[in-house]
Amino acid sequence: MKKLILLLFTCFIVYQANSQDAQTILTKVDQNMSSTNRISESSMTIHGKRSSRTLTSKTWAVGTKKSYTEYLSPASEQGTKMLKLENQLWIFSPSTDRIIQISGHLLRQSVMGSDLSYEDMMEDRKLTDIYTAKISGEEKIEDRTCNVLELTSKVADVAYYSQKIWVDAERFVPLKQELYAKSGQQLKLVELKDVKQIDGRWFPTTVIYKDILKGGKGTEMKMMDIKFDQPIPDHVFSKASLKQ
Amino acid sequence: MLAIQLAIKNLLGAGLRTWLNVAVLSFAFVVIVFYNGMLDGWNRQALKDTREWEVGNGQLWHPAYDRYDPFSLQEAHAPLSGEVVSLVQRKQLTPVLITQASAYPKGRMINIVLKGIDPDQQMLKLPTSLLKEDSGEIPALIGKRMAQSARLKTGDKVLVRWRDKNGTFDAREIHIAGVFDANVPSVDNGQFWIPLGNLQQMTGMENEATLLVAANTHTVQKTGIWEARDLDFLLKEFNEIMDSKKGSSKVIYFLLLAIALLAIFDTQVLSVFRRQKEIGTYIALGMTRAEVVRIFTVEGSAHSFLALLLGALYGIPFLAYLAKTGIPMPKSAGEAGIAISDSIIPVYSAGMVVTTILLVVITATVVSYFPARRISSMKPTEALKGKIQ
Repeated sequence: MKKLILLLFTCFIVYQANSQDAQTILTKVDQNMSSTNRISESSMTIHGKRSSRTLTSKTWAVGTKKSYTEYLSPASEQGTKMLKLENQLWIFSPSTDRIIQISGHLLRQSVMGSDLSYEDMMEDRKLTDIYTAKISGEEKIEDRTCNVLELTSKVADVAYYSQKIWVDAERFVPLKQELYAKSGQQLKLVELKDVKQIDGRWFPTTVIYKDILKGGKGTEMKMMDIKFDQPIPDHVFSKASLKQ
Repeated sequence: MLAIQLAIKNLLGAGLRTWLNVAVLSFAFVVIVFYNGMLDGWNRQALKDTREWEVGNGQLWHPAYDRYDPFSLQEAHAPLSGEVVSLVQRKQLTPVLITQASAYPKGRMINIVLKGIDPDQQMLKLPTSLLKEDSGEIPALIGKRMAQSARLKTGDKVLVRWRDKNGTFDAREIHIAGVFDANVPSVDNGQFWIPLGNLQQMTGMENEATLLVAANTHTVQKTGIWEARDLDFLLKEFNEIMDSKKGSSKVIYFLLLAIALLAIFDTQVLSVFRRQKEIGTYIALGMTRAEVVRIFTVEGSAHSFLALLLGALYGIPFLAYLAKTGIPMPKSAGEAGIAISDSIIPVYSAGMVVTTILLVVITATVVSYFPARRISSMKPTEALKGKIQ
């Protein structure tokens, strides 16, 4: 009996330690991926069935609540602006000269035909805020040793109930993410590449999103320039700035 | 009586001219009956189908529900209260839960509406008994339009993704248990019907509904939070479409009638002009001017009676044939979102036929009277000489 209790206690301690490690890893991931604010310039290449097209944009973001994006090219999308404040999203299209609030089923539409939905863009909370983690193993991705973490939601209002995430064991940057539905059905695959050290943190500069249900080659986002913790005036995050 | 005898004699004596007028007027008469019959038939069939397939004898709606606003679905659901549950158990109401989802047939993404309904319900014509299968998968019913646009058929499996009440994604494979053929596009386009219990469990909305459909034996009235929507409300748009259709159809058949009446008017003007000696003789024989006007008016309006007889001669077999076989409608007609069957069976009500007969006879009499009125200002002596007045 004593042996059994000892065994159970040991298992509990190991589980706690494992869980603690996983949570620490996740915190470090959040530290790398989140910032007080950031200004970035990126390109988004959408691979269609017949052809691919690339859009470039500049984004100003403060924490996870506020972000403002302006599309720079191609000419057809130039001047399109998106403003996210908390859980609300507005889009300004210069061709119609109108500001539209995206809500309801429109949030499920893809952004500019990409594999990302507006909902995906809205889901920006820190992983530690919404998931509990446990380490399920160790794998290599392109010669980098990764801890494989299984994340399960700890809050009700989360888009993806669970995730499997491959975190670089040394740099604490996710290199691959599998996003799952409540039923266990995989919905999205995210591959993060070209990890660079920027302002003292490791950050992936290429992200490939694939909607598993839709098929296709996915959408590739490349960070061309990113600056962390830059001063951003408050007026940027106002509806008035959409029409400027 | 003399007026009628003279009118018939004169009409038959005019030969081809009379028969041309009568033929045109009879054609207008038959077309009016046909068009009105077709609209009445469509109206009757569409109302019957919409009640049987979609609205029942009225509905109870969650206050936030707006059938034209998919955004409202997020909030438009609530648990069924004891009173409502008792009506559901007595088969007076059947609950329907509605949520938005995405389906992925063969890698394509389409936005759909998932509707949960009791597989045992018998208020709506939907073949929900097909949803009773117990294969461990979620069975779904889709309409032929949905099947066509998503390229799905019975037995196919399709992955469907939705969000539960907290906004968490979930996805499962759904099995197409049957494809129904409904004339009502609003139960078909972009919709998957699945068992209510499944949808409640999938979304975490246990014992909740968006709306309730009333049985024919139940009159809807506000129950708890549930707002009553009677047939006048639910069929308002359709009735407006029918009114507008009837309005536009009137333009067509008034034009046709105007052509026929113009021919009668011309004939009357010509008769008064060419038959002055005859008019003079009538007056010389002791008839008053009013009696002569009556003879000419009866003669003109007799066109309409002959037209009715001729119209009946070829119209009855033609219209009866259409009432038997129906008027085929193009396949695309139902895609406009209006309830319309593959063929419309026209309905010729006695009221509609009598109204049309009165319309033809009265208008023919009126247009016959106006040219004949000139007779009252004629001088009999001049008329006898045939001098143009």
